Order: sequence, then C-alpha cells, then structure tokens
Amino acid sequence: MEKMPHWADIVLIPLISLFLAAILSALVILAIGENPWAAFKLMVDGALMRSSGWGYTLYYATNFMFTGLAVAVAFHARMFNIGGEGQAMLGGLGVAYVCLFIPWPHWSLALIGASLGAAMFGALWALIPAYLQAKRGSHIVITTIMFNFIAAAVLNYFLVNVLRPPRSMDPATKTFPDATHLPSFRDMFSTAETIMFRGAPANVTFFIALAACVLVWFLIWRTKLGYEIRAFGHSESGAKYAGISPVRITVISMLISGALAGLMSVNTTMGESERLVLNSTEGAGFIGIAVALMGRSHPFGVFLAAILFGFLYQGGAELALWTNIPRELIVVIQALVILFTGALDNMVRMPLEKLFLALRKKGDA
Amino acid sequence: MTAPAIELKGISKAFGPVQANKDISISVQPGTIHGIIGENGAGKSTLMSILYGFYKADKGEIFIKGQKTAIPDSQAAIAAGIGMVFQHFKLVENFTVLENIILGAEDGALLRPSLAKARSELKHLAQEYELNIDPDAVIENLSVGHQQRVEILKALYRRAEILILDEPTGVLTPAEADQLFRILDRLREEGKTIILITHKLREIMEITNTVSVMRRGEMTATVKTSETSPEHLAELMVGRKVLLRVDKKPATPGDVVLEVEGLRVIDEKGVERVKGIDLTVRKGEILGIAGVAGNGQSELLEVLGGFADGTGTIRMNGVTLPLMGKGADGQSRRHAGIAHVPEDRQREGLIMEYTAWENVVFGYHLDPEYQSGILMDNAGIQAIAQEKMDRFDVRPPHPKLAAKNFSGGNQQKIVLAREIERNPDLLLIGQPTRGVDIGAIEFIHQQIIALRDQGKAILLVSVELDEILSLSDRIAVMFDGHIMGERVPDQTNEKELGLLMAGVTQEPAADAAKVVDQQFALQDEERGGA
Repeated sequence: MEKMPHWADIVLIPLISLFLAAILSALVILAIGENPWAAFKLMVDGALMRSSGWGYTLYYATNFMFTGLAVAVAFHARMFNIGGEGQAMLGGLGVAYVCLFIPWPHWSLALIGASLGAAMFGALWALIPAYLQAKRGSHIVITTIMFNFIAAAVLNYFLVNVLRPPRSMDPATKTFPDATHLPSFRDMFSTAETIMFRGAPANVTFFIALAACVLVWFLIWRTKLGYEIRAFGHSESGAKYAGISPVRITVISMLISGALAGLMSVNTTMGESERLVLNSTEGAGFIGIAVALMGRSHPFGVFLAAILFGFLYQGGAELALWTNIPRELIVVIQALVILFTGALDNMVRMPLEKLFLALRKKGDA
Repeated sequence: MTAPAIELKGISKAFGPVQANKDISISVQPGTIHGIIGENGAGKSTLMSILYGFYKADKGEIFIKGQKTAIPDSQAAIAAGIGMVFQHFKLVENFTVLENIILGAEDGALLRPSLAKARSELKHLAQEYELNIDPDAVIENLSVGHQQRVEILKALYRRAEILILDEPTGVLTPAEADQLFRILDRLREEGKTIILITHKLREIMEITNTVSVMRRGEMTATVKTSETSPEHLAELMVGRKVLLRVDKKPATPGDVVLEVEGLRVIDEKGVERVKGIDLTVRKGEILGIAGVAGNGQSELLEVLGGFADGTGTIRMNGVTLPLMGKGADGQSRRHAGIAHVPEDRQREGLIMEYTAWENVVFGYHLDPEYQSGILMDNAGIQAIAQEKMDRFDVRPPHPKLAAKNFSGGNQQKIVLAREIERNPDLLLIGQPTRGVDIGAIEFIHQQIIALRDQGKAILLVSVELDEILSLSDRIAVMFDGHIMGERVPDQTNEKELGLLMAGVTQEPAADAAKVVDQQFALQDEERGGA
C-alpha cells in the first residue's frame, strides 16, 4: 500500500524541503546583518526578471542538466558516479580537439562533431572506473573521485604542454575558429527592435540538454536496456537470475553516464568561452549529484532541479555583485538546499506520511 | 481457576485503511502452549507486536496474570515477563553465546561480573530445561537450530514466563523442528506459557493445547487442539474447504529431457557444494530433490538455471549446455527450454520494486514478442500481464501494483505465471510454497501437477518433506553435495528419507536423537569450516 499519493512524494516533499532551506538561509543572512527579503528579491530580479538573467540561469541549468542526468543514469544501476567533474573535464578536451583540428563548414556540423567528441572522451574516462568495478570490484565511488584528480592533472598537462599556443602564458587553447561559434540565445531570439539575452552565455546547447532529458527518459523507462539497468540497480541477484550480465550493465551505464557528463563541456567550452580553459567545469560535476538527488533521478525532476540550481548560481552572483553578502554565502544556501532535499529527506517525509495516513483515516471514518 | 497467564480483550489496530487487528480477545492458561494460526497477512504478527510493545493498540486491554498491564515498549514487555523469539534472529553474529545473552541486560559498566553471572545462570537453565549449548561458541558458527536456542535462552535469562515464538520452524530442518518442540514441551512442563505463531497446521496439531485461528485481522475461532482436525483448521483459516492432499494420476514418464552427469559446483568462497551428482528427468515426471537446506540443492538449481558456474555435463534434450563462460546464463537457458522458479523469489525471481507487469516479462524481456521497434511494448506487456494474472488468480489483479505489495503467495503466482506460460520443456522449481499461504499452496501444487500432465519435465527442490512426498514421482535425497539415493514415494516414508537426509545410508540408526545430533555435528562442522 502506498503511504501517500504519488504527487505528494514528487512535488510536495521537495517544495517543503526547499521552503525549509529558504527559511534557514534567511536566518543566516539575517545573522550577518543583511535583509533576507531584499536579498531574495535581488536574486529573483537578477536571475529571473530580465532576459539576460534568464540567459545566465539557463546557461548554468544546461550544465547541471547534463551532470544531473549523468548521476541519475548511474543511480538507476545503483552506482554512485562522483566522477562527473573529471568526465566533463575530459569532455572539454574532446571538444577542443574536434573544434581545433577539424575544419568545420558550419556550426551545426561542428556541434554534432563536438558533442560526439565530448561524449566519447567523457565516456572513456568513465570506462576505466566502470571496468575496475565490474571486473575487479574496486568501488566506483573511490575510483571516480580519484579520477577527478587525475583528470585535472591530465587536462593541465594537455593545456600547458600540448594545446597552449606558442608564447602564450595562459594554460588554455587558442580561440576556436569562427565556424564553430554556436548561436547564443541573443543570436536566436533578438529581433531588429529589441535585443534579448544581452551578454548572456546561454546557447543552443540548452536544447541539446532538453533533448538529452527526453532521451534519457526513453532510455530508462521504455527500452530493454533501461529495463535491465533498473533491474540490476534494484537487485543484482535478480538480474543474474534473469540472465542480465552485471559486467555489461555496469560498463554500459557508466559509459552513458560519462558521456552525459562529458556533453556538459559543449556548453561551457564551445558555447561560452570558445576555447578550453583550465577550470571550465566550475564544480558543475558535483552540483549534478545534488540535482540528481533532488530530481529523484527522474529526467523531469533533474530538469526542474537544474533550473533551480541555475537560479541559485545566477542569483548568488547578483548578490555578490550588489550587496555585502559574500559570494561564499550562496554556497551556504546551496548546501542547505542539498542538505534538506537530499540528506534530510526523511525529516520531511515521515511527518507528511503520518499526516496523509491520518487524513485518510478521517476520510474513511 | 487460576488467572490466565495472559489475556487480551478487544484489541484493535489499524494501519491507515487496513484493519490489521479487529476486536481480538484471547486468554491463555499458564503452563500451556497456545497456537495462533492464520495465513500470511491475517494479523498474527501485528497482534504479537502489540503484545511486545512494538505497536500501540488503537483499542483494547492486556491483562498479565489477571492484572491490567500497559506495554508501551519492549522494555515493559520484558518487565512483564514476556519474551519473544523472532522469525529472524536478533543476534550479533560475531559475539559469543554468552555475550549475546547479556547484551542489553548487563549489570554494570564492567562486563566480567555480568558474564560470570550469566555463565552460572546459563548452566542452571541448561540443566532445568535441557537447553545445552556451549556458552563460548560464536553465533555465526552455530547451526540455525542452535541459534534459535540462544534466542530462547535470552528470553529465559530475562525471566520470561510467557514465550512468544513467531514462525519458529520457518528456518529449521525437520529434525531441528522436532528438537525445538521437545524443548517447548519441556518448558511447558516447567510451567512456562508459550504462544506459538505459525501457518503450519502440522505443528499446531503436534504441540499446542489450544489454538486460535485468525483470518483477515479477526479471530475466527479458538478451539481445543484435541477437538479439531487439520482440515477443520484449514477451513477456518481460508474460509472455505481446502484440499490438503494433492490429487494426481500416476506419472507416464517419456523421453529423457535433462541429463546431469558428474556435476560439481564450487561456490564463491571456494567450498565445494555439489560433489559430482548424476540425475535424469523425463518428460511427464516430477523429480523431487529432498534434503536439509544447505546441502547443495540451491547450487544445483543455480547451475541448471545458468547463474552459477559448475563442471561436469548437462544435456537438455540431448544437447550439451555450457556450465561456465559464454552461453552459461539465464538467457541461454531459457532459449534451451528451461524455465526456473527460483528458491528466493524476493531476491531472484522478482524485482520487488518493479510492477507486476514488469515482472511478468522478467528474464524474457528481450523476447521479440514484447518489443515494438526499438522500445519495449509496455502497453502490450500490460495487457499480457493482465491476462496471466487473471488466469493465475493473482490478487489483487492489478498489473501496475509493485511486486512488493503482493502477498507471498501472490508473488509466487506471478513468478509461476511467467515461467509456466512460456511453455518450457523443463521447469526448475525451488521451494514453491515457502512463505505461501494455504489457499495458494493448493493452487500452486495443482499448477505443477497440471504441467507434468502436459508432458513437461519438472525438477522440484523443497525442504518441506511433505511437499516432496506428495508431489514427486521420484525422490532423490541430497546430503553434503551428494545424492544419497533415489526412492519412489509409495515405497518410502519420512523416516527413511530423514535418515538419508542426515547422510545415513546404512540401517539401522537405533534412536532418532542420535541421528539428529550427528546431523547437527556435521552441519556445525561444515559451517565452522566455511
């Protein structure tokens, strides 16, 4: 018997958690002598009330959708892929090679090429931990964490020793050719009279992220592979009985997860900076974990959570710009959201379940 | 007349819309064994949890020795002299017997005085109730039967006068169960009061003084055991007449379907579980594998089902099947015409979080019949699932309900519907009625016989000797990875099979107790070595 209606589980609980996180954040802001209501208004104004604000929010959300989906897919196979960060970094390397060394006639082709490159590099970076988990039993959490550090070192090596233009002191590639310039939201949505999304980095990759959400949904709930991934995630012994190879599922789901994480760098590297820089991932790989947790590993949930975190990122930047609230505080707020939606889930869930049971009893009586 | 040891008056408990206990009253006389019988989900465990302070009753009163007693938590229950032996033991595996017994009942900050006290107390209890056990043995090295004794000792150490046992024989071998009953008998002689919760009619008939029957949260009857019969109790439990004996025609075995030669299995820990066995199963017959759990039957099924490695030869309809590496997996076995109802439906046969319809294709999900393009034909599968659930009388007949929300019997019916309806040449079936209620047992047995009568070969593994005897056309007994012998049901009896199950091939073992002890020794040795 279900303890409470489905909608309460997926809508009400995250909302209440969010509300609690907001209250606590307000108290923190109050404690440092600022006005929480003004801060909140500033965040909303800066992130949602202007098209340029939306341009930033959706740009961040694009990153979080990819990394959130990456974590979600691995979750379904009961694996905790903490290596999204490293996989995204390597994805960036893939994008750089595709953009720098292939003469693309048009951005659309370049986008396809760069996406494949990013996905492939990300997937390959996930393959090694996946193989070690499947064949040697090395725990995926440990190996993927370590692979983040290795990825950072690898990226550093390539940027300093291989891809850095001569005489440049900056560990970054040269700017990608013009033909690989992706249309930004400004390019796409501005008319002759009004300029929309001025200066904002959101670009066409956002739609690839949306497509990825839909495709992941199909993959997980409509295909044989998704069926096997979920079965394996729920019960390994059951999967073995059914003839589903644990090695195969472990490797394939991590490949998909790594590819999704890698795709993130199409947005940052090709869509925004148009060259590969050292810290292009900016911790989005880790935010992906929170996004997947909050989104309950469901692509639609991931989509909503990614937008929320995009809002927090952009709103936080606005706070740092216009108030005395330090930028670090936004990390505190984000951490509170993660704490409430991820770790303290049961704190909200249990009283709510009791409430629904009581309501139902009353209804029956 | 003395006051009843325990008396419940009008106990009611609801979980949301489910009325788990409805106005239940019982009264148990001291020094008796009172059985509570009912199908899974009838509310037995809820009632006992109320008595032990895990749940609070919505309504009703509890009297202990004539005094009204509130039991808000298990501490209060222990203080009131109630001890509980759970179906799944609550023991710390790597502690000794003594350490487990004092756990939670230590007298001070230092362990030594408590341990010394417990040691002398244990000696006393062992003498009084013939509950012999080595106080320094580590739990994980003990047999299941001995672990259960530790649970009983734990309760007695806490001065329990009323002992509640929840499905105590669920994990025991027949011999261990007999020993348990001897212990219970002894406890009764010493004046303890025992409440025995079970769904096995035989146990009720064997040991109880009175029995209460529960059905759907209500107490339908309380009768003296001497004045009732298994048939009558079954009828009270299920609410209709139940056929306890399986009706079947003689088998007409045909061609050989499965041949097993020199099969050996070494498990993940490197222990040889199956030590070279030969078997054949023919069309239209049921070969039953009897044996105490843990003697290699599970591994035999796993290898045949393709999810464990082995060496030797198996041939299916004359074709040799690989036993490890490529082609030794569940998918290949299904293609070879082998269907498998595994022993543990919750860990293997079903994905508990999956809906019924997802489970109805589990293992066959790659079949082209269930696809529509590159996607799975979910709507089609749901329709098929609905049909199968109707045919197998799965209740409730909702394909969209998660498997974990069905009762044990209905879960098993979902597995059976899936495996039987695929029209296999050979059905492997392990513990078909474990944790399944009486009404469903009847149905499941009928389905197995019907499949045999269609000319299919069936390999049945069960630790329930009754089940083996009533279903099988031939019986092979496994002990310590070997087949000790084959018998025909009509020409054997429980005693002979019991001896074979204990590894005794040569007559005569003068007294049964000796055999039983020998069997324990062997099991302990095996566990100790593993």
